[in-house]
Amino acid sequence: MKVMTCPLNGPRNISEFLYLGELLEMPDAKACEDREWAEHVWFSENKAGVVREWWCHLPSSYWFIAERDTVSDRILKTYTVAEYFEKSGAAQSGAAGEAR
Amino acid sequence: MPWALLKYGFSRRYPARVDIPPPQALRPSYDVVIIGGGGHGLAAAYYLAREHGIRKVAVLERGYVGGGNTGRNTTVIRSNYISPEAVRFYKKGVEMYQGLAGELGYNLLYSRRGQLTLAHTEASLRTFRLRAEVNRHLGVRSRMVDLEEIRDLVPCLNLSRRVRWPVLGGLWHADGGLARHDAVPWGYARRAVELGVEVHQRTEVTGILRSGNRVTGVSTSRGELSCGHVLQAVSGMSSVVAAMAGLRLPIRSFPLQAMVTQPVKPFLNPLVSSASLHAYVSQTARGELVIGGGSDPYSLYSTRSTLELKESLIAGVLGLFPFLHELRLVRQWAGITDMTPDYSPIMGHTPLEGYWLDAGWGTWGFKAIPVAGQSIAQAIATGRVPELIRPFALDRFYSFNLSNEAGATAASH
Repeated sequence: MKVMTCPLNGPRNISEFLYLGELLEMPDAKACEDREWAEHVWFSENKAGVVREWWCHLPSSYWFIAERDTVSDRILKTYTVAEYFEKSGAAQSGAAGEAR
Repeated sequence: MPWALLKYGFSRRYPARVDIPPPQALRPSYDVVIIGGGGHGLAAAYYLAREHGIRKVAVLERGYVGGGNTGRNTTVIRSNYISPEAVRFYKKGVEMYQGLAGELGYNLLYSRRGQLTLAHTEASLRTFRLRAEVNRHLGVRSRMVDLEEIRDLVPCLNLSRRVRWPVLGGLWHADGGLARHDAVPWGYARRAVELGVEVHQRTEVTGILRSGNRVTGVSTSRGELSCGHVLQAVSGMSSVVAAMAGLRLPIRSFPLQAMVTQPVKPFLNPLVSSASLHAYVSQTARGELVIGGGSDPYSLYSTRSTLELKESLIAGVLGLFPFLHELRLVRQWAGITDMTPDYSPIMGHTPLEGYWLDAGWGTWGFKAIPVAGQSIAQAIATGRVPELIRPFALDRFYSFNLSNEAGATAASH
């Protein structure tokens, strides 16, 4: 059993969580080129290494951010949304991510 | 007897056959460099040499031939897809497989079994009807079958109503089949090498050399070389290799776990799959049962195994064949599947001139080895992408013109 630590619910079986993909910065939909928007919708970094992603704890419907190594399959750290964006100072992309 | 055997072994009249020559020096330049010595890369090399006379080709493989996803998939060969472009494409693939062992002079253990896909919901039945009609329209043998016919096709299938997901009907695809996965890259490699192609194993590509917007060569763990064209055929590493060329792709990589049981007497001729139970099963020529299913629930580049996924796959298979509960598993493994948003591959041009892509093969790459290799070889040789694979261009994502096959994969993901 693989355990993920939810910032709200503590350590839980990873089967209770839903993986929602990379943390992306949303381009300005009104100003950006069509190609840029298409890439935002479909394309991925898909990095082999440390990634930051959206995850959701399904029973409590709680969204948060996890830092994970996609090569070693280790979960390095989990953040509440507020905590993460305070740290990185990217409040704007946080709002964008939540709207996904 | 042992002496006779030894004498035979050392006799000059029966020299050992070398399929792929041992390592040789890399040449400073090639017409085409193919990254990835799996089925797709080797097939492309073979068709470049055979059909287009382009023989200054190097296939660079980080590990050994066929050691990636070509050797890890579950070898289902079928064409019962849902969109007309995919049905046309995979139909050609199935047809090529039927004559491939003869063409390569290599025993691929190809066997046509027929594939039975089971519906456990009304929604699946609706999709099956659509698939059957699209398939039939394009000359692929698919039709709906009821419980009576399912019982005839697979007498040992559990058709009881007293289970969580009773079988409601099925899609019968008479063209479905299997082949021995290792033999396919070996056969292509052997014939490609005979035609002058160089296959360099244990040669890792570490960078893509560019001049302006054009690819000029690759740097490898054994030095740099220049080339006119590069074909990337590295399922499981598509995003990582493409990043070396400065490209981002619409791909996310997930592991897919599969397993094999101990061999038993032949009892299951068709391939049986169920999207609702997320599992499929087939019996190999050796008698082993190959069990596979959907990809893992989160993206990863590790081929580690999890008990949870094994349990869910086995639960699905035991739902269909409860009497298998006493069989032992003898092997289990995982491959990395490069999933695209629409479950269709990406083949053809990239924004980098001379850099060709054969990627996004998710869980559907093995069946397409011959047809993808031939099509991409034609594209590279002539500069014109064949009609057959044009719907699968990278550009489709920019025009939001996707080719959705999510409903026609063997197990939903």
